[in-house]
Amino acid sequence: MKLAVADLNSYYGPAHILFDIALEVGEGEVVALLGRNGAGKSTTFRSIVGLVAQRTGRIQFEGRDVSVCPTHEIVRGGLGYVPEERRIFTDLTVDENLEVGRQPKRTNAPYWTREKLFALFPNLSEMRNRPGGRMSGGEQQMLTIARTLMGNPSLVLLDEPSEGLSPKIVEQMVDAILTMKKEGVSIVVSEQNLHFARLISDRAYIIERGRICFGGTMAELDARPDIRDAHLSL
Amino acid sequence: MAFYVVQFLTGLASAASLFLVASGLSIIFGVTRIVNFAHGAFYMIGAYIAFTLTDRFSGAFGFWGGIVMAALAVALIGLLVEMVLLRRIYHVPELFQLLATFGLTLMVQDLVVLIWGPDDLVGRRAPGFKGAVDFFGQAIPSYDLFLIVLGPVVLGVLWLLFQRTRWGVLVRAATQDRDMVAALGVNQKWLFTSVFAVGVFLAALGGALQIPRDAVHHAMDLRIIVEVFVVVVIGGLGSIVGAFVAAVLVSELNAFGILIFPKISIILVFLVMAVVLIVRPWGLFGKPEAAARRTPGLTVNPWRPLTQNERLAALAGLIVAATLPLFAGNYALTVASEIAIFVIFAVSLHFLMAVGGLASFGHAAYFGLGTYGIAFLAKMAGLPMIVCLLLGPLMGLAGAAVFGFFAVQLSGVYFAMLTLAFAQIVWSIAFQWVSVTGGDNGILGLWPEKWAASPSHFYWLALGVAALVTIALRIAVFSPFGYALRATRDSLLRSEAIGINAKRMQWTAFVIAGTTAGVGGALFAYLKGSVFPDNLGISLSVDALVMVLLGGVETVSGAVIGAIVYKALNIWLVSQTDLSKLVLGGFIVLIVVVFPKGIVGTLEMLLQRKRSVSPPGSTLLAKPIESAE
Repeated sequence: MKLAVADLNSYYGPAHILFDIALEVGEGEVVALLGRNGAGKSTTFRSIVGLVAQRTGRIQFEGRDVSVCPTHEIVRGGLGYVPEERRIFTDLTVDENLEVGRQPKRTNAPYWTREKLFALFPNLSEMRNRPGGRMSGGEQQMLTIARTLMGNPSLVLLDEPSEGLSPKIVEQMVDAILTMKKEGVSIVVSEQNLHFARLISDRAYIIERGRICFGGTMAELDARPDIRDAHLSL
Repeated sequence: MAFYVVQFLTGLASAASLFLVASGLSIIFGVTRIVNFAHGAFYMIGAYIAFTLTDRFSGAFGFWGGIVMAALAVALIGLLVEMVLLRRIYHVPELFQLLATFGLTLMVQDLVVLIWGPDDLVGRRAPGFKGAVDFFGQAIPSYDLFLIVLGPVVLGVLWLLFQRTRWGVLVRAATQDRDMVAALGVNQKWLFTSVFAVGVFLAALGGALQIPRDAVHHAMDLRIIVEVFVVVVIGGLGSIVGAFVAAVLVSELNAFGILIFPKISIILVFLVMAVVLIVRPWGLFGKPEAAARRTPGLTVNPWRPLTQNERLAALAGLIVAATLPLFAGNYALTVASEIAIFVIFAVSLHFLMAVGGLASFGHAAYFGLGTYGIAFLAKMAGLPMIVCLLLGPLMGLAGAAVFGFFAVQLSGVYFAMLTLAFAQIVWSIAFQWVSVTGGDNGILGLWPEKWAASPSHFYWLALGVAALVTIALRIAVFSPFGYALRATRDSLLRSEAIGINAKRMQWTAFVIAGTTAGVGGALFAYLKGSVFPDNLGISLSVDALVMVLLGGVETVSGAVIGAIVYKALNIWLVSQTDLSKLVLGGFIVLIVVVFPKGIVGTLEMLLQRKRSVSPPGSTLLAKPIESAE
């Protein structure tokens, strides 16, 4: 098992946000975390990488409990995180943004060079010296994924990669994620868009009001239209 | 003409050290969000250690090596300070960070006197730069020329460091989004530590390079820190280029201001700063800050007016206090009067800081203006005491109205730095304008009239005024104005969205607080019988902050308790030890680190815990939701 989360509870101040979240990701798998706005997808990701301070539960990454580790150690261990709001360093150029993400080569994960990443996202190679603040939303989304890949992660948490992008860019995004999978990166992708998720995922979880209410293969999900209609707005 | 050119070059030479210190402060702030008050202290230690090293080792190598070694040694001290102290307070509100680093400054002041003695030390001249260059009959020290070149060189080196190294890229990224940098696998702890060490190195280098120009003394820390605050406010916190431009600007204004207003040259700098703040509140090269982060759950106990029983208890306390002259001697009564006056001072700052959310680091300005108001009215106009007491505080009001107007344009650390700079400007005027204020000699012979002359009568007067002021401000807290003011404190945007004119509310609060402080100052002038520039000084401003903090900044009545406890302790401490600054500084650091809720806050928390029968582990949920933001 690549990643195994169990009994994850998270709080923002006095508010209880996540309730006993459990999810598993196998080696090389792409798993979708589906749910509506505010269901707890982003909080789940933020909790896994340690950006939510108030959390309890077990988070096993490659067999090691990382729930007690600070964020940077979790990430250095090979668990990459791409935030929903992109959080590009707007004052830094594309090259410098990538530099911030750079980590040493890892034996159990694909090794990404700038050249490889520019082949994956050709738009970026034309603007290596452009400040992050002067890029379109789609370009920023590509940069934020490329930046995380610079850390050579063996697993990536991708938070709503298709949000706010034009259909053409979404297509590129699907290709990029499939390439990442082919290279051997395990991926958890949070989505509201079932169609997009279906194109890339092997399995899916549905989260609603901070609780996991379904887990199974895409085929199993398709066999349960009642669950799909109750928890996902299509 | 040649004279003006030389004056210009002197200004540029002064700018070099100022730039070094200011850029260090800016870099540290950019990444850690801490305004390092102790930066002036590091500058001063740098100068002292450089003095010792260059004195010990001879030759050019001894001199230049000594300068660099001094800066490195101080950077090492900075490293320790960051790891031992600052790491514990990165997540506390910025006011506490400023206070803790101010506490360090106080400790350093006593330590340098302990190590190097109280006298000014004149350092060695720089080998190779001992002479002067003749410029059309005017002499320019060649060391000044060296400094003029050094400034841009350091700017260039810093630029390369930040643009061309991985460390620099990481620092710039962290300046924008610390959490994201951590989420990319960078260890923030060491990034912060290294940034702090680099910033401190720059400050110490600035101090060390001053020794051929100026004597080394134990007050140079406060002098430079005020100038540095002015520089970063003008240039924009976090911008190195801004620090350079503003350092040159301020130094030139000083150099030429002397020619225009020889007595009050600092006025010119103040005017420029005021203009910059109106046009670009975030400084020439700075960026508009996102709204200051408020720590969630900061105010966990909702404020409420006193209950009937608590009112009776407070009244009983007041009556007991009023019986003091029946059994206390004259000295005790004088001390008690002073404590009553500081209660007035503390509640006035509490109103601005805890109710208005505006932590002023220069509140003594309005207290001191009150004292000078009395001095002018009683000494020069010869008015009777009652009239003086009524009109004297108007000086505080006027000062608060003018400075407050500019100050409330800013918030958070900018507000704190600006209020400190204003207070220091008022202090400089009182200090420099000898013909009006008597300068350092002050104005003497202000004694109360017969009806208030005896210690017991004066004590009753002070106690009565303190009680009135406290009650009045308490009523204001629970008045519609108080609610509106607290709304601006808790969320500026939301309060504006419901139609509150936030800036006007804050300005009003500033004026109320300034006037109240002036009332305290007026009484203080009569208590002491004299007025000095120290009545406007930084240490008095910080006294007020510590009183509020000690009592508990999140409580309504903390200031009263804090003032009584702190002032009594302080008077006792000064009579017991020569190292009162060292003890006081250590005390401040201790409160911030282990006791941030203060006396009343801690008591309330204990009471709250007793009352609520929450199951273990769910204490978070026992708190009211309203605190979360």
